Amino acid sequence: MRGLALPRSPKVILGLGILGFFIVLTVVGPWLAPYNPSSTAFTALLTPSSHHWLGTTSLGQDIFSQLLVGARATMVVALVAGLVATLLSMTIGISAGYLGGVPDDGLTLLSNVFLAIPGVPLLIVIDSYLPVNSRSNEFVIGLIISLTGWAWGARVLRAQTMSLRNRDFVEAARIIGESRRRIMFSEIAPNLLPVLASSLLFTVLYSIGAYVTLAYIGLTSTATWNWGTMLYWAQANNAPLSNEWYWFVPPGICIALVGTGLALVNFGIDEFINPRLRAAGLTARQRRQLGLARRPRLGVTPVLRTASSRQPTGVVAK
Amino acid sequence: MRIVARRLGLYLLTAWVAVTANFILPRLMPGNPVQTLIGKITSQVTPAEIRAIRLSFGMGFKQGIIAQYFTYLGQLFHGNLGVSITLGSPVSSILRESVPWTIGLIGISTIISFALGTLAGALLGWTRGSRFDSMIPTATFFQAVPYFFLGTVMLLVFGSNLHWFPVLGAYSQSATPGWNWTFIASVLRYGELPVISIVLSSVAGWMLGMRNMMITMIGEDFVLMAVAKGLPRRKVIAHAARNAVLPSIANLSLAIGLVVSGALLVELVFNYPGVGDLLLQAVLNEDYPLIQGIFLVITLTVLAANLIADVVYLVLDPRTRSEAAV
Repeated sequence: MRGLALPRSPKVILGLGILGFFIVLTVVGPWLAPYNPSSTAFTALLTPSSHHWLGTTSLGQDIFSQLLVGARATMVVALVAGLVATLLSMTIGISAGYLGGVPDDGLTLLSNVFLAIPGVPLLIVIDSYLPVNSRSNEFVIGLIISLTGWAWGARVLRAQTMSLRNRDFVEAARIIGESRRRIMFSEIAPNLLPVLASSLLFTVLYSIGAYVTLAYIGLTSTATWNWGTMLYWAQANNAPLSNEWYWFVPPGICIALVGTGLALVNFGIDEFINPRLRAAGLTARQRRQLGLARRPRLGVTPVLRTASSRQPTGVVAK
Repeated sequence: MRIVARRLGLYLLTAWVAVTANFILPRLMPGNPVQTLIGKITSQVTPAEIRAIRLSFGMGFKQGIIAQYFTYLGQLFHGNLGVSITLGSPVSSILRESVPWTIGLIGISTIISFALGTLAGALLGWTRGSRFDSMIPTATFFQAVPYFFLGTVMLLVFGSNLHWFPVLGAYSQSATPGWNWTFIASVLRYGELPVISIVLSSVAGWMLGMRNMMITMIGEDFVLMAVAKGLPRRKVIAHAARNAVLPSIANLSLAIGLVVSGALLVELVFNYPGVGDLLLQAVLNEDYPLIQGIFLVITLTVLAANLIADVVYLVLDPRTRSEAAV
């Protein structure tokens, strides 16, 4: 099994940098916040200043503190939902692909049904029936989001499993009498690592969007701080139309940046899986260093033999 | 034909799941929502309305749960979605007014964004490794911005500050709705900004997907062949692009659900009178019959759009039509 050595393209480095920053923020954000985000002790609607970097809300709360504190809830929900959804899609996808036959038909049908139902409207319906105290629980919300977000990954993993199930190493494991569960999760799953990682990033991306959407329309508790509730309060107080950009732009930018980071790392994984994309992802300078033609040539897939050791040995034509 | 029948079967099953979820969810709900809801109605509550509310929560029936389920299905088949608690009129007639706006807005935006994104993606794929690649992080950023947030920013910048576009609503107050030119012109004018923001948030997805397929496709022998026999570059690109677009179309049916989910919220931002705006009102007022009706209509519309996308794919890709591929 090869490790997941991501190509060192500027895109991936940028993506990892952004993600790293926000993960640190998730951990230390609430401690860094200068004020209590719910405290209404300040003058309302202050513009950004050295005391309040992002001004205050119409209730006199410090927006910068809300942003820092809100990072945690947003990221925790996204991570919980992403992990649970990936576990679900791994179990369902690999079982369907490996077992085949009737279990495969049933599981494929199940994932197709979940793929076809539009996720966010379903989430809104489920969430609107939840009692209020569950709505403010990040884990409950994360679980519901994962229920609507696992199907895409299951589909991809099923297809990949089917291409692996007749390989020699699986055959060998079967012959020495390993249990089905062991073959699926100890033999096949590690070989799906890039696909799993990509599926995890994708679901985390989906979950952030879904969670922020729910919060924005007021379906999570409006008393816990996350970037969606910040947007909710900004919208409810007409911040966008009264030009209070410092109220609603920062949380939106943060959401978009986390999403960009996830997507950029995902590019790296795509390039890892598909060598043609890998060569296309190089910059002009890297091409020169590797001795590749300036412009990619048609019909030729340059194979970068040593993506991890950075010692190019040569270019092999297709 | 067999594939169409299979897809149709899948979508019918999905529709049934959605309908059944709509039936089960209210019954799983703890507490007595009926009293809370009746308490919310400010106007005079008629006994018929109370009955309607109780029925939608599965109460006031003398029959068992299975019989209730069939009564519910029967009501649905007659287009009876219950009575909205806050608006007091049948859900189906409320939806009849708002659904065309949503289908128009989201349909047109999706077509524009698919066409633009595919075109740009084909060119980006062809010129891979050139300086155009620096567009990718920007495109990714736009893809990651929540639809409603981009809509808000557009509204603020181009609507209320620069006054380039009219804001809020779907048509000017002075136009009388109907098939007259002033009204249609006003609808188009008011639709510009919402359409632009939906296109901006969704175009990157199509673009990046198409770029990746195009790069994979360029490595194929038939593209080399096309170059070798001296076809002009435009024809070679078109040649490769025609094949690269197939996975995009195959994914269209999956992506529609995501686009609709995002675009519904753009309606909130622009006060567009579609189902998205209605859904927010329903959620805020805990108007469960309306929420359920909207969910059903959205799901059924998305399923219908999926079916159309599948048929288009089938027409375009002859390989899927052969029985062997089934």
